Amino acid sequence: MMEGKRMTLGRDNTVLVHPLVVRITHWINGFAILIMIASGWRIYNASPLFGFKFPSDWTLGGWLAGALQWHFAAMWLLAASGLVYVTYGIMSGHFWRRLLPVAPAAVWRDVAAALRGKLAHDDLRVYNAAQRAAYLGAILIGIVLVLSGLVLWKPVQFYTLGLLMGDYEGARYIHFFAMAALVLFVIVHVVMVLVVPRSFPMMFTGRARVPAATRGD
Amino acid sequence: MKRLFGMRESLKGQPRPQIEKIERRLFLRQGLSLGALALLSGCEVTNAESVQKVLWAMSRWNDRVQGWIFDPDRLAPEFPETAITMPFPFNAFYSMDEVPSVDAASYKLELSGLVRDKKPWTLPELYALQPQVSQVTRHICVEGWSAIGKWSGVRFSDFLRRIGADLTAKYVGFRCADKYWTSIDMPTALHPQTLLTFRFADQILPAPFGFPMKLRIPTKLGFKNPKHIVAMFVTNEYPGGYWEDQGYNWFSGS
Repeated sequence: MMEGKRMTLGRDNTVLVHPLVVRITHWINGFAILIMIASGWRIYNASPLFGFKFPSDWTLGGWLAGALQWHFAAMWLLAASGLVYVTYGIMSGHFWRRLLPVAPAAVWRDVAAALRGKLAHDDLRVYNAAQRAAYLGAILIGIVLVLSGLVLWKPVQFYTLGLLMGDYEGARYIHFFAMAALVLFVIVHVVMVLVVPRSFPMMFTGRARVPAATRGD
Repeated sequence: MKRLFGMRESLKGQPRPQIEKIERRLFLRQGLSLGALALLSGCEVTNAESVQKVLWAMSRWNDRVQGWIFDPDRLAPEFPETAITMPFPFNAFYSMDEVPSVDAASYKLELSGLVRDKKPWTLPELYALQPQVSQVTRHICVEGWSAIGKWSGVRFSDFLRRIGADLTAKYVGFRCADKYWTSIDMPTALHPQTLLTFRFADQILPAPFGFPMKLRIPTKLGFKNPKHIVAMFVTNEYPGGYWEDQGYNWFSGS
């Protein structure tokens, strides 16, 4: 009902960019990832790999057992929502349409332009090369996090998978660095939303305004 | 400036109330999502009884899933003796100087529950059990660290058969000289690498590592490997455990 009404409203100058499945899984994934990161930091603190700990105030769970409860509860939310997202992205052609092709030269050009504050965001219907690389990277990092997490959770049952990661101890480092990469992605992602605020409501409505130049009027 | 101008332009021709409706709707949506984020970080919310209920329910669900994932024939990797961690870390819910001292001469292992032969076992009787086996496996702590050690003893499944335990029962529970207690599922109890051990690194189990007897389970986290065992029982009623009752996952399989 809502969907139909909105479509009519925006018929002249807006177009559906983020399908409903993508919008719903985006927010569920985001929520689950926040829980996974905050509880994961608490778990890290119980036996740090490096010479630092995360401030307790930034962590979730109160103590190790609580953090583990959060981590292993949110993992189901992330697994379910992530699976829907990736399956939809592959089956519907969404990934191929929106995220590919992504040429390294174009990524470099767009990242450089973004850093100089000169990356254009006039047309939010298409992702620039930097965005494509970032979103593809986030999906890959997510897959690495899930696989290394499985090895940490079940190093005996998933022993063969663990062999690819240097067994249990190797998987700890892979899980940590993949987390760090995902945190970096989340920070850049949020900063870019602040730089281009118009993109924020789009993640709820799904619709982007078609720039006048391409509208042909 | 250009962006703002463009926005106004695109809304030109739309009736005023409708624009306001869109704006209000957007504002509400943004407010809701920010509110959800704020909730996530609030301690009051994460400690709320209902949230705790969900987390405990998920932990029970994870027990079941781990039971399904557990393959009774899959062996934990074994390592060469050169891989053994030296020195092996001590870990307990108390410090090293509070390690219980168990008197070997008067020691008796008490048996109860769904067991045919409940006769207590003395240490010489336990040491005489055959066949003796050894393993060099990785001990993984729930805290994240791991260490490789060598344990020797008898297969726990052999011992359970010897005492006539009901192998169709759900749980085996343990009580320890240091007031620790824990319990495991029967499939794990019957796993070929689950050993009732009396030796560590080819020496009689040193006190910090569980004298006189430790159950070594390389398919479970360290805290599921009870030390200083003085009593065990077979039951169909969930026995819980020292850490498990405080929130650590009961199955904790690896």
